[in-house]
Amino acid sequence: MTAPLVRLALGIVETAVPVAAAPLWLGWIGQCRAWLLNRRGPGVLQPYRDLRKLFLKAPLVPEGAGVLFRINPALQWTLGVLALGLIPFCSAVPLLAQDSDVIVLTGILATARFVSVLAAGDLGTAFGGLGVRRTLLVGSLAEPALLLALMTAALAAGTTSLAGIARTFTVHPLVLDPSLAFAAAAFALVLVAENARLPVDNPATHLELTMIHEALVLEYAGADLALLEWAGAIKLLVFALLGLVLFAPWTLPGEATGPLAVLRAFLLSGGLIAASGALLAIVETASAKLRLFRVPAFLTTAFLVATLGLLVRLVSGI
Amino acid sequence: MTSIALLVATFWLVLGVLALLQPHSMRLARTVHVPGAVAGLVLALASVDSTLHSLPAVIVHLPGPAGFELLFRAGPLACVFLALLGVAVFAISIFARGYFRPGEGTPPGVLSFAYHLFLASLTVVLLAHDALTFMASWELMTLGSYALVLSEHNREDIRRAALIYLVMAQVSALLLLIAFGILSHGGAILDFTAMRSDPPGALGTSLVFLCALGGFGAKAGLLPAHVWLPEAHPAAPSPVSALMSGVMLEVALYGLMRFVVILRPELVPWWGAAILALGTASGLYGALYATAQSDVKRLLAYSSIENIGLIATAFGLALLFASAQEMTLAAFAFTACLYLCLNHTAGKSLLFLATGSVLHATGERNLGQLGGLLPRMPWVGIPALVGAAALAGVPPLGGFVAEWMLLQSWLTTPRFFATPLDLLLPLAAAIFVLTAALAAYVMIKFYAVAFLGRPRESRLLSAHDAGPSERMGLVSLALAALALGLLPGAVAGFLSSAVARLFGPLPPGATAAPGVAVFMPSRVTYAPLPLVLGAGVLLALFILGRRLRATRRTATRAALWSCGEGPVGPRAQDTSAGFGEPIRRVFAFVFAVEEQFPRPADPYPHYRIRLRDRFEVLLYAPLPALVGRLSALAARLQRGRLAVYLAITFVTLALILIGLRWT
Amino acid sequence: MLPALIDFDAALLLLVVFAMLGQRRVGTLINLFALEGMLLAAASVLEGLVQARPELEEAALLTLVLKGLVLPWLLHRMRRVLSVRWDDESPAHSVGIHLLGLAVVVAAFAEAAPLVAGGAGRDLAMALAVVGLALLMMITRRTALAQVVGFLTLENGLFLAAASATGGMPLLVELGIAFDVLVVTVIFAVFFLHLQRRFDSLDLARLETLREE
Repeated sequence: MTAPLVRLALGIVETAVPVAAAPLWLGWIGQCRAWLLNRRGPGVLQPYRDLRKLFLKAPLVPEGAGVLFRINPALQWTLGVLALGLIPFCSAVPLLAQDSDVIVLTGILATARFVSVLAAGDLGTAFGGLGVRRTLLVGSLAEPALLLALMTAALAAGTTSLAGIARTFTVHPLVLDPSLAFAAAAFALVLVAENARLPVDNPATHLELTMIHEALVLEYAGADLALLEWAGAIKLLVFALLGLVLFAPWTLPGEATGPLAVLRAFLLSGGLIAASGALLAIVETASAKLRLFRVPAFLTTAFLVATLGLLVRLVSGI
Repeated sequence: MTSIALLVATFWLVLGVLALLQPHSMRLARTVHVPGAVAGLVLALASVDSTLHSLPAVIVHLPGPAGFELLFRAGPLACVFLALLGVAVFAISIFARGYFRPGEGTPPGVLSFAYHLFLASLTVVLLAHDALTFMASWELMTLGSYALVLSEHNREDIRRAALIYLVMAQVSALLLLIAFGILSHGGAILDFTAMRSDPPGALGTSLVFLCALGGFGAKAGLLPAHVWLPEAHPAAPSPVSALMSGVMLEVALYGLMRFVVILRPELVPWWGAAILALGTASGLYGALYATAQSDVKRLLAYSSIENIGLIATAFGLALLFASAQEMTLAAFAFTACLYLCLNHTAGKSLLFLATGSVLHATGERNLGQLGGLLPRMPWVGIPALVGAAALAGVPPLGGFVAEWMLLQSWLTTPRFFATPLDLLLPLAAAIFVLTAALAAYVMIKFYAVAFLGRPRESRLLSAHDAGPSERMGLVSLALAALALGLLPGAVAGFLSSAVARLFGPLPPGATAAPGVAVFMPSRVTYAPLPLVLGAGVLLALFILGRRLRATRRTATRAALWSCGEGPVGPRAQDTSAGFGEPIRRVFAFVFAVEEQFPRPADPYPHYRIRLRDRFEVLLYAPLPALVGRLSALAARLQRGRLAVYLAITFVTLALILIGLRWT
Repeated sequence: MLPALIDFDAALLLLVVFAMLGQRRVGTLINLFALEGMLLAAASVLEGLVQARPELEEAALLTLVLKGLVLPWLLHRMRRVLSVRWDDESPAHSVGIHLLGLAVVVAAFAEAAPLVAGGAGRDLAMALAVVGLALLMMITRRTALAQVVGFLTLENGLFLAAASATGGMPLLVELGIAFDVLVVTVIFAVFFLHLQRRFDSLDLARLETLREE
């Protein structure tokens, strides 16, 4: 009787904590970047202050905005939370356990992009259109790469269910499959591209001509913008947690279900997330933004590396 | 079931003839569409009922001309396609009732006759159980659709498009005739059942397969015979395009499936591989070209090539699995294949119909001149959004379910052949995934440029919404697309008997719950409803929250900021060429592009771009010259000297004799 | 466990070589080459552990010093002396090269599949793919320095293949190979200096003008 309830509670906590902590992680990355640049930095809580400021501003809607434009921020946030709910990172059983498969997860991310570009196209501004087609360019090359990387992991585990993959990888610890190296490389490239980080896109840019993601959200203000920023942080965290489940499965509790195991998994994955944030900050400080015309080459590399992973997987089929 | 379908086909014929009685009466031509639509619904319901209760399929014999007997049978596979046809006809006929306007071309009665003839022949193609019936109805189908494409025959470009279509259809029919010729042992056996039990030898079977692949592939729009699609679709009236793209292409693939069933005993791996290769190539090619199109209907035509490619990919994969004796995987892959068919019918017909409404409201087919139609035509724009999402393959719609199922079976791929084929499968998977992502690009381009943003031309401001019967057609297709997305288990259950007929049954439990798709070997599930519900609850909370906040503070409307660019007109929006430009650059090697840049000092600078199909440039354009040269060669024989003619006769005779000796 | 690690190592090597295909900066190219050497040394160490042959560890040390440190240092020096920064290729090109690279890998895997099925290590397939990619790199590069890196990568691939096929080579053979490679690199260096003096460029296309008509 209690077991399902505990599972449900755990699932809710497992989803709610990352949702709440997503801006914190963004703040951590920003702080790391500041340290690397020999600055003091605004502190890890800065994103929360930004969000608070934005939430308190008066709501402002541009003229000519349709339903798509207005519903977009809430939908982005919702889809981000749904995606997070699919990832089992400390309980081995996610909130939506029965449906946590990697293809559905990419599908949800694709839906989020579908809606966000339509919303940006809703107003019919020049910069909006620019953002739409650049986002689509990045997305239509990054999404297949992501799917292929996930498929490689799924092939190695014999199932596409994230919970299943996590279970397989924890039961057979340290599955050093050669194909996973390729999948991880492709995944890292996609993470950078899909979340509009350097070197593909500069999240802090204010130069219209080079922006990709920022151009999509140019017309949002106040609470809407806050939701979008938050959703962006959630999406970055979704990718990080996904990478954790797939490529660092030893953080997961596996078959153990005791509170200590869960706590250990929670702390371990928290630590790893922090470390990966620092790594991302290093990569971002060390690299310059690519020219837009070089971005496709970056993404095709990701796509082809992922394809290679699938090939290697077949050659070394167990 | 067979007799119901035959009755419906006859009824459509009668309606057509009725409309022909008063060829110039617009009212009569419109009125007959209503009972026609109802008949479509009856057909769909009957086939669904027959599949769900697995009623036995009887063979109906009818006396034919010259002592031949015509055989009809609605088997499980045919029932799936009959249902697809019925639903599509219901929506399209209702739509067409409001759509047809007095034009300058063919009189409405004649058009209505051709339309209903087309419907009836489509039905009979699906029902045919012997070669004669099949070929006769196949040709009638071509004729009917040819007449419909030609409906504005006083325009030169339309005549040209119709001619290309006719030539391609005849090449296809010729190949099919050869295939049937071999299968029927020179006309001795016409009955499909008998053909199945008496197959030709290994070489003959392979030849039949190649001819069938060529013939049906040309009609379905697989590479390299896809060139007629982007010509014929823009030429035809929108409901006809909807019918041709959403139903006829699928019926052509049904023919291919039918042939493979007949050839079953000799199932060899390279057939599946051939279909898979052709399918993936067509899919990627169609998607890439679709991103670069500016004409709405050409864009949709290329998108159809892409979808047919995806369907063929799934079918090829199912065949490959079957030849490796992985029947469960084959069953799932084929379920995905049929799912893709259903989704394409619902989505593509819907988008063609929506294009028709837009065309009527604005008189514009060029994407670059449209824009901002959603607030002006919500009854068209909202269903079109559903259709675009279905074809883009985003959850919770049907395209995603099919892709999910196909990828699942792909991911369980064991190593069967220990040949390079093993390595080609992941490559095909990579191309498939890329195609699916590009399909989303295409759909977003279509929707965002036409329906979102601001109107690019001032006359779009007065665009009117569709009429009541057009609305009904659009909405019914949108509902069908939604049902396909939200009830994957139920749809899989509907498809299961057809799948069982070709590749053995789906494992029990795969179709247990109507709202859940289950993939058996790994027991992974996909349930769209909880996800939709979850998202819905969260969204509702948001809207509620906003309402509560709004009582304190109302949202202020502000002018567009757009980085302070000031009052820039709607022409500052992306053009349709610009929208597809990134893909055109990345995949530049696929396209044949002629660009004209303005000179630096040009007072009226113009940028022109002409995009031609690579295959047209490389393959089809040199063809007439080649034929000309060949006929010049043949003309040399024609010297008028009797001795030459006699020599030719003699050589021919000798060749025939030698040939007879050898066989 | 250890054989799996060797496979993993070989896969990382393949990944590095694939990354080199599209890399335009010669400096990064050399760094990736150094990484290659380190991975190769790691492979030798692992092989030594698997076979319980301590002399392989010495060979690994040799590989590490030569291919991981000395050669990259030499190449970097050359790069500075010749002041080469870029290999001039258009970005559109790199997609095509990567596609070709994928085809090469498919071909190599298809070639190696029967061997792997016959009991050879899976790293043999990777090694073959590395050889193919290195050849492709040599074909597609225009600056001489990048071609040398391609050549050395080719040698690395062959080394890996040989090590995988024989279960680690004897130290003597390894010493011989190492010395050869060193000599070849020095000869290349001299050749480059001449090339640079003569044409003021490292573009090998210039060599075509030397033809006797």
